Amino acid sequence: MADILVVAEHQEGAFKKTTLSTITAAKAYAGLFGGEVDALVLGNDAAQVADTVAGYGVRKVLLGDNAAFAHYLAVTFAPAVAQVVKKKGYGTVFAPASTFGKDFMPRLSGLLDAPLASDIVGLAKEGEKLQVKRPMYAGNAIAIVELSGNPLLFTVRQTAFDAAQAAGNKAPVEVVSVTADAKGSVFISRQETKSERPELTEARVIVSAGRGIKAQENFKLVEELADQFQAAIGASRAAVDAGWAPNDWQVGQTGKIVAPELYIALGISGAIQHLAGMKDSRVIVAINKDEEAPIFQVADYGLVADLFKAVPEMITELKQRIEVKP
Amino acid sequence: MKILVAIKPVPNPDEKVKIKPDGSGVVLDNVKMVINPFCEIAVEEALRIKEKLGGEVVILSVGPKESEQQMRTALAMGAERGMLAEAPTVLDPLAVAKVMAKVVEQENPDLVLMGKQAVDDDNNQVGQILSALLSWPQATFASRVEFGADGKKALVTREVDGGLETIEVPLPAVVTTDLRLNEPRYASLPGIMKAKKKEVKVISVASLNVDVASRVKVLSLSAPKERVGGRKVADVTELVAKLKNEAKVL
Repeated sequence: MADILVVAEHQEGAFKKTTLSTITAAKAYAGLFGGEVDALVLGNDAAQVADTVAGYGVRKVLLGDNAAFAHYLAVTFAPAVAQVVKKKGYGTVFAPASTFGKDFMPRLSGLLDAPLASDIVGLAKEGEKLQVKRPMYAGNAIAIVELSGNPLLFTVRQTAFDAAQAAGNKAPVEVVSVTADAKGSVFISRQETKSERPELTEARVIVSAGRGIKAQENFKLVEELADQFQAAIGASRAAVDAGWAPNDWQVGQTGKIVAPELYIALGISGAIQHLAGMKDSRVIVAINKDEEAPIFQVADYGLVADLFKAVPEMITELKQRIEVKP
Repeated sequence: MKILVAIKPVPNPDEKVKIKPDGSGVVLDNVKMVINPFCEIAVEEALRIKEKLGGEVVILSVGPKESEQQMRTALAMGAERGMLAEAPTVLDPLAVAKVMAKVVEQENPDLVLMGKQAVDDDNNQVGQILSALLSWPQATFASRVEFGADGKKALVTREVDGGLETIEVPLPAVVTTDLRLNEPRYASLPGIMKAKKKEVKVISVASLNVDVASRVKVLSLSAPKERVGGRKVADVTELVAKLKNEAKVL
């Protein structure tokens, strides 16, 4: 039985938790079809990342260290993964459906002439065959997909699989040699959205704002409400397009897919594309002064009100409750 | 600069799709087909580059004959001509990219621009696969595209998790567009009139001699579990109480 490779994600040496739900998906596949799950870390001086990944129940971690991987580029990462897959004979490759996995995995598909199922939310066995579940049409259809070829490639929707738990022991780390040639592509710079808050995809609570917030400075109000929950802050496309919020905050079909315990939508009308990114949240609250807004159709608790009145009231109420959990 | 823009028609993304009772696909009767929004952004960007640097914009679509209608829209926006690689069946991303690679080899553009994903299948694959097949560099999820003075390099800012990233790629390259790249223009009436006379060359996929056998097959579609929402609360006090006592999220 061919083994399974998980490509670990990190941001220049900082391990990303997207890797953990990807490991869970790979293990689900192993449970159905057999094979062992290994992880691959590509980076420059990335031994620390490899050591972290080794603690999450994989058989071993392959570490491809190369100065060319100091900054991620699809044009170097995809061929490096292809080299490892060919050399070691992996039959399946999993990566997170983050902008990292979405960027290099299709390139890998082209290099290996291997089929790729994007953004998968489920794996099942029907007879002897694999059936993959993935959303289409902004999540308004769930497709059952069958792949043929070798290897099989998958990017994994983080919210659909639990994060792998830390194992009691550390898997061995094996250094692999991979070559890299950027062929003229150059990493120039990175503009990080600075935040002390939890990542959108990992937060227990998200407070999100849309067109109704009206101006960038009004996000102060959003932040103050978010502070009551140690929440992450999200935004609708309208708010990002208007320049009120950074692109990294966009929740939706082509932005972040989130599923927190509590999602609070402020002044968000609820376009199909936005709903696609948050409708799997456990509890949805919508505050909007337009009672016809489609967001109310998915909200567990809808409040028809002016958010500039309701949010300060809510902050006051929450502050009075000493039992508020962090 | 010669720019090839790949486009795909999709059902109007502002309307919720209906799934056929037998799960074989979505209902397309009486549904308006439009250019995929990301592809439209790619068309707009190509036109802006042409307006600045000169050159030609060629529209490519791989799909059914009916796609010509959306290609005409792109021509009405200002593209020069179109090429429709007519496929009798729905192709998977690998097959679409293989067909496109053949056309790119014939057309020899300096740049291929396309949407980062089509909002029907939501695959987000073809641009990257195409660049691999051509051994070209790729710059996905672009929110800004600039060119060096020598016209041999593109500087592309990409929308990525955590913020923005800028990379430089030598041309020719494949660039896929994100939402913030531009706001597409509407076709003008004279543009629409002119577009009727522009050339759309139809080539059959079969004549290109590529393996388009489906490797990713959609067996069926089903509706996701519907969320039962719609409950209203009267005021903030009730909201906070419900969140605490009923939803137990506080």
